[in-house]
Amino acid sequence: MTSIFDILGPVMIGPSSSHTAGAAKLGLVARQLLGAEPVKAEITLYNSFARTYKGHGTDRAIVGGILGMKPDDERLRNSLEIAKENGLRYEFKLIMKAPKLHPNSARIKLFDKDGNKIEMVGSSLGGGRIEVVEIEGFKVSFSVMTHTIVIIADDIPGSIAHISGAIAEKNINIANMFVSREEKLANMVIEVDQEVPNEVLQKISSFSWVHYVRLVEPIV
Amino acid sequence: MEINTFEDILRYCRQLNATIPEVMIEYEIKKTGKTREQVIDGLRKILHVMLESVENGLTRDVKSPSGMLNNYAKKVFNAGINVLTVNFKKAIARAMAVSEVNACMGRIAAAPTAGSSGIMPAVISTMMEEHGINEDKAIEGLLVASAIGLLIVKNASVAGSEAGCMGETGSAAAMGASAIVYLLGGSNKQIESASCFAIQSAMGLVCDPIAGLVEIPCIFRNAVGVANAFTSAQIALAGVESVVPLDEVILAMNEVAELMSPKLKETAQGGLANTKTAREIQRRFLYQIDIGK
Repeated sequence: MTSIFDILGPVMIGPSSSHTAGAAKLGLVARQLLGAEPVKAEITLYNSFARTYKGHGTDRAIVGGILGMKPDDERLRNSLEIAKENGLRYEFKLIMKAPKLHPNSARIKLFDKDGNKIEMVGSSLGGGRIEVVEIEGFKVSFSVMTHTIVIIADDIPGSIAHISGAIAEKNINIANMFVSREEKLANMVIEVDQEVPNEVLQKISSFSWVHYVRLVEPIV
Repeated sequence: MEINTFEDILRYCRQLNATIPEVMIEYEIKKTGKTREQVIDGLRKILHVMLESVENGLTRDVKSPSGMLNNYAKKVFNAGINVLTVNFKKAIARAMAVSEVNACMGRIAAAPTAGSSGIMPAVISTMMEEHGINEDKAIEGLLVASAIGLLIVKNASVAGSEAGCMGETGSAAAMGASAIVYLLGGSNKQIESASCFAIQSAMGLVCDPIAGLVEIPCIFRNAVGVANAFTSAQIALAGVESVVPLDEVILAMNEVAELMSPKLKETAQGGLANTKTAREIQRRFLYQIDIGK
């Protein structure tokens, strides 16, 4: 789906929609996937991101996103300093050649104060559009254009029915659902049309076979 | 409602008995579930950000951290010499103004990207000033531009990392050209031709920014993008038609993008970025790299 606001917009802090605005969005997605205040970030920049991040403020944008700043937040310019003030430690690694990844890609690993962590890989496709391609080792593909529920659960019969039931119960329409499996675990990415009340997430996380549930909100 | 080609757009114009702006509003409503008012309000916000970014670049101190850009838009805007007319000078200065705001981590509206964000604001603000276009009409111009941008996103790319500057300022020039033709009462055929001319004149344009910064040559290519947009619109409005239809021109653009070396796609490894002087600037400004601790 391409909206006319992917063509005209986003309203953003310069200089680059792919290297600055898209990068801030990747940071914001990682923050939402962690679901807590991050205290440490390990960021790997690939390909074009690795070569030109300094000039485009990609580092500032990703760290700003991790701190919760949106792509049009003028504080992005000073995010590295703000990170230090807020007790977020960060480190960058650069990998110049990762041919399997999109030219503008980053791996973001975040930790909260209790030691919980999340790891994702995302790409910035241009014009501020992004794609998340990996979460906790699972191959995924979603672009955060709508409310997106990310779940990791045991791969047991009926799990999809239980989860979609919990969503349908609140009259929420599932637009897309992607499932991928690794050994005995399944990852589900569910894109829905409406806002997702907290009860739905609580209900899903109450299933004993569900290990992880997060809601990623579209970034506008 | 699917729009993949200009033919699709023309078909919806016939089916709905509507103009291109109306078709694009309908498309957006169908795609996103927004109301008509939300679509118009969203575009009005974009328009305001565009006009503000022009104003900011012409009034604020915009010197980039590298020092390569230093309030050049003001210099051009206030220059004593007019190579053609005052209007022409002001139009290109407006594009440079937004480029400078963008380079200084100021607020802009990507159109279609940040690197090319000077062209649409310069086109629209110049049309508003020179032709008395009001905000509502300007929003229709933005809708026409969005149609052309959408076709390029679907069938080629607007990312410098995929299609070089052809994808960025080339697309923006085509979008600008289409808006100008529409705002001056041109036909859909003329809108198509103007977009074709603009893309054809940007075919193969590389993305080779010095030190990887969105500064030089980006600011000049934004200025030239405005000239391209007005030139293409002028030719199309005179009744000259594109030999190759827009849908095919965009496919050609995609082919050229695939043929371009990765060194010429935003990686700062080729072209102007690879000159002795550019390499020196890169060493001076970028290799004081702080990768955290």
